[in-house]
Parts: sequence; C-alpha cells; structure tokens
Amino acid sequence: MEYVAQQVINALSFGAEYALLALGLAIVFSVMGLVNFAHGEVIAVGGYTMVAFAALVTANPLIIIVGAVAATAMTSVALERVAFRPVRYADPTTGLLTAFGVSIVLQNLFLLFISPRPIAVTSLYFLDAPVMLFGVQISSLQIFESVTTVVVIVGLVLFLQKTTLGLAMRAASLDFEMVRLTGIRANRVFALAFLISGLLAGLASVFIMARRGSVDPHFGFNPVLKAFVACVVGGFGSLPGAVLGGFLLGAVEVAMLVLLPQDYGGLKDAFVFGIIALVLVWRPDGILSPAREKGDKQ
Amino acid sequence: MLDIRDLHVFHGPIEAVHGISLSVGAGQCVALLGPNGAGKTSTISAICGVAQSSGTIALEGADLSKASVEDRVRSGIAVSPEGRRIFSNLSVEANLRIGAGVRPDRENVARDIANWFETFPILGERRTQPGGTLSGGEQQMLAIARALMSRPKILLLDEPSLGLAPRIVAQVFQMIDRLRSEGMTILLVEQNARQALKISDYGYLLNNGRIQAEGTPADLGGSKDMMAKLTGLG
Repeated sequence: MEYVAQQVINALSFGAEYALLALGLAIVFSVMGLVNFAHGEVIAVGGYTMVAFAALVTANPLIIIVGAVAATAMTSVALERVAFRPVRYADPTTGLLTAFGVSIVLQNLFLLFISPRPIAVTSLYFLDAPVMLFGVQISSLQIFESVTTVVVIVGLVLFLQKTTLGLAMRAASLDFEMVRLTGIRANRVFALAFLISGLLAGLASVFIMARRGSVDPHFGFNPVLKAFVACVVGGFGSLPGAVLGGFLLGAVEVAMLVLLPQDYGGLKDAFVFGIIALVLVWRPDGILSPAREKGDKQ
Repeated sequence: MLDIRDLHVFHGPIEAVHGISLSVGAGQCVALLGPNGAGKTSTISAICGVAQSSGTIALEGADLSKASVEDRVRSGIAVSPEGRRIFSNLSVEANLRIGAGVRPDRENVARDIANWFETFPILGERRTQPGGTLSGGEQQMLAIARALMSRPKILLLDEPSLGLAPRIVAQVFQMIDRLRSEGMTILLVEQNARQALKISDYGYLLNNGRIQAEGTPADLGGSKDMMAKLTGLG
C-alpha cells in the first residue's frame, strides 16, 4: 500500500514537471504555431544563471531561484525579439528551422564560453529532503514541484479567462489577424507568450537543477524532448492538452519503471514511446487537439 | 471622414484593385457594390492594412496608408470582416471584451457590453456560450457589436448579409440602418445591391477592380441595366 502511494506520488511529481515543460512549448505554439525547440536552451540559461549567482553573488537560494526565473524570462523575450519576430509570418517550417538554429547557437555559446563539462550547484540540494507525509516517505522536491505546477496552472487559467490580454492570446490561437483588427498589438501578444514561456522554463530549470545538481550545455535537451512528447500526446496547441500529456507521460514512465522486470530496465523508454504511439493511433492529433476552424467563407 | 485616392491592391503579384478613389462623409452610409471578385473585400483589407496596397487612405485628413493594422484601428477604423470571424472558442462576452481591447476605461466598456446585451437579448442570454455556437445571424450581430466596441469613427462592414436567410438579412439591414440614424459613419460592402442602396446615402459600383459607376441610390437604381449587369441581382 505504502509502495503504491509512493509510486503514485512519483508519477504525479514527474507529471507535474512535464506539464510545466509542456506548457512552455504549448503557449508559444498556440499563439504563433511555432514549436520552439530552443526552449531547452532557455532552460539551460536558467541553469547557468544559478551557477553564476551561486558563484558570484550569494548563497541565498531564494535569490538564486528568482535570478534564474528572471534570466529565462528575459532570454525568452529577447529571443522572440531577435530571432522569431522576423519570421513571424513566414512558413511554419521557417520558424521550426529558426528554433533549431537558435538552439544550436546557444548550445555552442555554452560550450565555447562556459564549459563543455557539467558545473555543480549545491545551493538547491535543500529542496530535495526526505519528508514523511501520512506515513509515506517522499521528497520535499516532489511537493514543491506539484504545488508549483498547480499554482502555475491556476494562475494561467485565471489570466487567460479574466484579463483582456489573456483573452486576446486565446483568440490569437484561432485567428491572429482578427485580433490585430481589433487593435490589440500583435507585438504585445507575442512578447507575452514568450514571457510566460520563459517564466515556465525558469521554474522548470530550478526543479531540474535541484534534482540533477549540475548544468552542462545539454541541460535542456531531455526536458524539451519530454515537453514535445507531452504536447504531441495531449494535442499540440491545446494548453489543457499539454497539462494532460505531461501527467500522462509521467504516469506511463513511472508505471514502466515499476512494472517492467529488472532485466528490461534499459527498455523503459522504448515501452513508454510504444504506449505513446498507441495513444496516437487512437487519437492522431493528440487527445485534446483543438477543433479545426470551419469558417463559412474563407 | 474617409478619403481614398488611387488605391491599388495587390495579392502577391496579382493586382486586384486598379486605382480606385472613393470617399465617405461623416455620418454617411456609403455602399460599395459589385459581383464576386470585383475587389470589394480587397479594398476593405487594404483600408485595414492587411493587404498590400499603394495610394492614400486618409481618415479625417490623416494619411494612414503607412500605418500598421493596429494603429489604423486605434485611429478609428473598425471592421466586421467577411465571414464574420467570431472567436468561436471564446464566450460572446469575451468576444466583445476583445473588441474593446484598445479602450482603457473598464467601466464604460462594461456599460457598452450591457447595452449590447439589451439591444440583442439573444446575445445577452448566450453571453457565456462560445461564440461558435451562435447562428449565422447572431454571429453577424456579434461581429458588428465587437467592431463597435472600439468606439470607431468609421465602421467597415464586409458582406454582412452573406450566407444568411432572407428574414435574418432584413434584420441585419435594419440594424445597419439604425446605426446610421444614430450617426455612425459606415462603408458597406455588399453583393445584395438593392437592399444595400435602400439604406445608403451614396454608392459605388465596382467591377474587375475598377469603379464603373457612382452616385446616389436614385442615380444608380435608375440605371437598371448596369445594376443587372454588375450585380446579377437587378
């Protein structure tokens, strides 16, 4: 019983992390139809900022965390301004290639100017302490992760439903030109999408750092891959889909870890992706893919 | 109010409108008529800034032809576009709020929304429903209301009767007539020439990207042949 509870909590906390990552991709995709593969490098910027803060500024973890989130948010907005704005109305493939380009450039900057080797940050280890909750031993990191994700989701839902700019972002996912025709500035909507994406990347980088304890130039590769898979399963362009896909991916991963015999441990990812593939056979556009717009004269 | 001089509109390499001039006086309702492919929607798109064009587009004397889409709306142009383009994933009320996205005065926005729900009780009843669940006629009303939420100086209506049942078309025209009598300046694009001219002060006949005739409804209605030739509706 205790074992089951523990694994459920594991699944939820993995799922929470993936949901956070997937939302970062989905929010940009929903507004501009761009799969931002440079999201992983934005996460890595968060990691390196923590290194820099810990080494040069302070050991206060709160300041380190705030610094990392601020840095990823600024990086994300800066990337929109410099790299993605010029290709905003171009073909989706152009955007995708731009994202890969940005990703490669940033990775090489990390390699050249920082270090190809992992750099450790120890200031966040305290986040990952064992806690007893209702007789089940879990990590405090899992609690932080789950609570943060819930707060982010609630905040995002409120923002998207209550504020005019949030409504405009949802409208933009359907018909961006019509949003511009109401006078709402496209630049603001795009910048905001990237700002939110950057904030989410920052939070994710903190949790990844707390778990791994070090950062290298490929820090963001695995997270962005998980985010991409979660978005595909949930339905690209759908924010609830991204959350659902994230939690589903977390659940399937933990289930495979638990259920597969020891000898098959190395095949975990193969089984995970096999199950994901089956889901896609059932729903090729993802579980919660947004309905296609059927205009009456286009 | 709106003065357009020598407007050429391009879709890529194709020129859809070949140098037209038209003007809409303050408080007037001007009809831009013509068959499919005449260049009516291209003209509207150019005025809004979403199609490439050359020539001058002046609102109250200020040239907007170089301004961004957003700045044109902010200086007082609002559009109910062809196909209505309601945000079908958002509630009726949210559609109206986005329409007022350029206005900072929250209280007045709320009051305007309440007024619209009074004018169109059906929109009020469905305020929380997704816009996509409305009927065509309701969506057209919503599209017009959304455009007017920005408190524009001029309202561009692109084929408001398109795809609607005759009874609903009559309601839409009643609504436009009412707006005009309240002093709204309107540029009305229509294929439904007869009905459009009934509520207009002046009309232009557009064909193959050129203005073929212009005049008061009486002038235009008098030349029955031309009307029949150009609109197919007589």
